[in-house]
Amino acid sequence: MAKIMKIVKSITIDADKCNGCKACEVICSSWHASPRYSSNNPARSRIRIVRSPLRDIYLPVYAGEYTAAECTGRDKYILDGKEYAECDFCRASCPSRDLFKEPDSGLPLKCDMCEETPALDKPKCVEWCLAEALIYVEREEEVEEEDKPQLGDVEIGIGSMIDKFGLQQVLDTIARMAKP
Amino acid sequence: MRYGEIGFDLEVDLSRGSIDRVETDPKDTRLYLGGLGTNAKIMWDRVPPGTEAFSEDNLLIFGTGLLCGTGAPGCNRTILSTLSPQTKLMAYSMMGGFWAPELKYAGYDKVIIRGQSEQLVYLWINNDKVEIRDASHLKGLGATETSEAIRRELKDPDIQVAAIGLAGENRVFYASVEQGRSSASRGGIGAVMGDKGLKAVAVRGTKDINVADPAKYMDLCNDVLKYIKYREDHPIPGVPPILQGLGSPQEMKIADEQWHTTSFMWGNSRTRRKDFWTHEIEEKWKETQENVRTRLISCHNCPMKCGATISVPGLPTYMMKCYSKLTYTMAAFSDLDFGFKIAQKATEYGLDGFSAPQAMAFGLELLEAGILTDADFPGMPADNEGRFFYLIEQIVRREGIGDYLADGTYWAARRIGRGAEKFDHNTIKKHEQLPLKLGMLNPVYYLMYSTGEKINITQIEGQFPQEPAATREAREEFVKDWIQVPDEKFKKYYVDWEPRGEMSNPYYPTVEASCDIVDWMEKMHYIDDALGMCAGLSSFPLKPPYHIHNYPDFIRAATGMEMDKDALWKAATRNRTLMRALNVRCGMRRSDDKPPEDHWKKRFPELEKQLLDQYYKLKGFNDQGVPTKESLHELELDYVAEEFEQKGIYSNG
Repeated sequence: MAKIMKIVKSITIDADKCNGCKACEVICSSWHASPRYSSNNPARSRIRIVRSPLRDIYLPVYAGEYTAAECTGRDKYILDGKEYAECDFCRASCPSRDLFKEPDSGLPLKCDMCEETPALDKPKCVEWCLAEALIYVEREEEVEEEDKPQLGDVEIGIGSMIDKFGLQQVLDTIARMAKP
Repeated sequence: MRYGEIGFDLEVDLSRGSIDRVETDPKDTRLYLGGLGTNAKIMWDRVPPGTEAFSEDNLLIFGTGLLCGTGAPGCNRTILSTLSPQTKLMAYSMMGGFWAPELKYAGYDKVIIRGQSEQLVYLWINNDKVEIRDASHLKGLGATETSEAIRRELKDPDIQVAAIGLAGENRVFYASVEQGRSSASRGGIGAVMGDKGLKAVAVRGTKDINVADPAKYMDLCNDVLKYIKYREDHPIPGVPPILQGLGSPQEMKIADEQWHTTSFMWGNSRTRRKDFWTHEIEEKWKETQENVRTRLISCHNCPMKCGATISVPGLPTYMMKCYSKLTYTMAAFSDLDFGFKIAQKATEYGLDGFSAPQAMAFGLELLEAGILTDADFPGMPADNEGRFFYLIEQIVRREGIGDYLADGTYWAARRIGRGAEKFDHNTIKKHEQLPLKLGMLNPVYYLMYSTGEKINITQIEGQFPQEPAATREAREEFVKDWIQVPDEKFKKYYVDWEPRGEMSNPYYPTVEASCDIVDWMEKMHYIDDALGMCAGLSSFPLKPPYHIHNYPDFIRAATGMEMDKDALWKAATRNRTLMRALNVRCGMRRSDDKPPEDHWKKRFPELEKQLLDQYYKLKGFNDQGVPTKESLHELELDYVAEEFEQKGIYSNG
């Protein structure tokens, strides 16, 4: 496969600076609402803060890939004397938990870096984090040329339905619903 | 669909065990906006005159503001309303944190609680599923402990819990409702919650909050964030550090406490220690604060960091905000280390940080004066700090002298008698006040102390500087970017105000100007309390991001309702008048509208009379402080006038 130069977008999370206000969750769910900004609901946000104020745990986590089955990770991490579950750091929309799923349908959510034309200066969560716990970083990297296109929300959603109900049942349902 | 608000309240009757989801009338939103305004309307309609605070008929309302949980930064206040056991008037107190937005995400604007449960219970609101659950296993637990226990029991760390501690369970007249990061402390609302047998209200919501004009609303929110950043880079010069920025006074961030410790009174609001603050103390207190402060923290969707997580070695972690770090410290003539330690207990027990330390200092004054004796304090340690720790335990359990002090200084003094009454010197309408004793009467503050329906100076002051800058040049500089004024005349009031001489207190600001200034300040609080906005971003600090010029746009874009500056001003006037009407119905009159007698050394009875007369006139009250029939009609509150007429309130005074 050919190597190409690509702009890689990433967010550096400085968890020590997070003050747990959830502005990132509010603006993320608001940006992704349809019509845009028409509602907000942290349960629909693609960034969530793992919060445990009395243990001083404030960990912003972005929604990553959807996974059909949970992994075996049950380890604990102790960092600066604070105990985290392995799951706390995981970005997956996973059957083991409610995180990163549409609350109504259970369909998976994934951070899209607020992709938009023309492009935003930075993702909305970063813009709204005045505490500067979220820092947007763009860098150019040599990467393998992608042989498959990025999946959109609908494809990820249908993928998860197929995992849950099987391809045939999904196809039958869509065919039935498509009938005038 | 309703926008901004949800349009449904949750009605819970703890006597009958019933739970109902009730649609609200959009007309009430137009008239009273939400939050305190609609709380007041419900109290008027449904809590009959003569109702006791501790009775089935008293309502306890957890109200969210009209804009709570929308994208508006800092809009997260829960407004609690009920009849106060201490003042026998309306109690309303607000808390920030995360509870109000969570309730709206669950699909409700308010939780209205009536009745009393025989067993201790808690309410669990999980979107559409609402349960009254047994809380016998939570009896006696601290407020923070209760929240953690409920989260564990229901297996969801994102549940928001408002809970009472032992003080609320035992109906201490100044018991608070605690919510981890924040509390509703004033007026004894926690005692009413305890009387209802309600240990906690736990909420989890995963639904949408909608706004009517999304693009416009987001522009407004972004403008506010920009202005917050601007104000962070441009602190107000010439005022004490804790007043320079936005938010609540930045007690958790700033260690420089010269202003509080040398201007406010120590003990039972008795002793001013002008020379207290030294370099040595500054170093020591700074070290104390930095050692226990784990992190500065925020409320829902707010960039300010007014609170902190506090971990004192050997004590459970708790969260603190604002001024309670000093109230115990100063009441006990102690230091900051003691303040952080006893505040941990007070937070778990759920006590108001203004009233509790004063009631304790008052008790010790009575001992010193011989009105109480050592026999009243069996087993009390000899040291100051030990005495306070002893008294807090007595009070929250209502044991021995604690049972008296638990009613606050006013009622305790009258129950104790033997001259104790004169030691109750810092209450207004039976409610303990900030410990401040000053020299020259300040006409603006005279009015605010006397007439504030909240009976708490911090919930009426703000916007207008507490004192004039030293030079005219500095004052002219101050007004240059003062975009928040509702009218240009306020700039002139300020520029002309001198620290000394003819144009200074008490005769300047003039009677008329003083009334205008108070009117503006209190209007902004009433707007915040209806919208659910934190006063720290609006009515309290100098030059805040929310003001009378951008609020109408926020309301219009959020709700789709017609709104402009005049209509908003009128809605705030309506809410202010309705709060007055509720208190009038509880028996409050002109003779109650007064500051503590010793608040200022230099008093001016004739001027004070003029001030109150003019204020009542401006507000549309008669000379007894009762809203007139005409003003009530103007505000579409004719039903209030009708009841006043029926009850003979106009004719009998």
